[in-house]
Amino acid sequence: MSLNIEMEVKNDVLCIRLSGELDHHSADELREQATMAIENYGIRHIILNLESLSFMDSSGLGVILGRYKQIKQLHGEMVVCAISPAIQRLFDMSGLFKIIRLEPTEEFALQRLGVA
Amino acid sequence: MKNEMQLQFSALSQNESFARVTVAAFIAQLDPTMDELTEIKTVVSEAVTNSIIHGYDNDPSGIVYITVKIENGFIDMTIKDKGMGITDIEEARQPLFTTKPELERSGMGFTIMENFMDDIEVHSEIGKGTEIRLRKQIAKSQLLCN
Repeated sequence: MSLNIEMEVKNDVLCIRLSGELDHHSADELREQATMAIENYGIRHIILNLESLSFMDSSGLGVILGRYKQIKQLHGEMVVCAISPAIQRLFDMSGLFKIIRLEPTEEFALQRLGVA
Repeated sequence: MKNEMQLQFSALSQNESFARVTVAAFIAQLDPTMDELTEIKTVVSEAVTNSIIHGYDNDPSGIVYITVKIENGFIDMTIKDKGMGITDIEEARQPLFTTKPELERSGMGFTIMENFMDDIEVHSEIGKGTEIRLRKQIAKSQLLCN
């Protein structure tokens, strides 16, 4: 099973919805697509919807942290939503929640960024 | 009951999912929980990714070797490469440490392996390769023993 990446731009927010498996192999594709969207659409904030992501490892943490750094330079914010308990454990272990916000749904995440 | 299997494949990132799914299918006979299966799959992914990126520096001519043994509810797994080896194992195991930050590596691979398994041993020799030995007991088997 590979990774499926769906992206939608709402004002200056890039919503990235992932389904499938995010590992070293699929991380490259996500990095390329997200980086291109951030540069081309005047993006400041990212919402990462992980509702349908069935697997992730530390390569996923790496690519998410990379996009966080990219958006931070634009003084933006990153919000992760609809995370599964298994993937949340990886976030907890890495301390990523100290810098990335977590919301239960995409709706809440959009409200938080003032787009909904 | 004792059972074992061996797997070897090219150091290609496409094979990361092949490796973790195959190992998960093999240990399914121990009737692990979904959490345990996820932990095993994640750990296989971490070790195999390390072999591909660090051991072989993304050279697909390298071969990654996996052995899995199951006995009395214990899983003993070895993931090995004949790559460049680790200069400083203690440093490599530190959370967030990575030699390849430019590739957006998180440096969390060993930390995840340590957290998800009961025991981990890292053997490495410069220029010869790295072998990771991992051990985990399936919870259901503990219940049966008690």
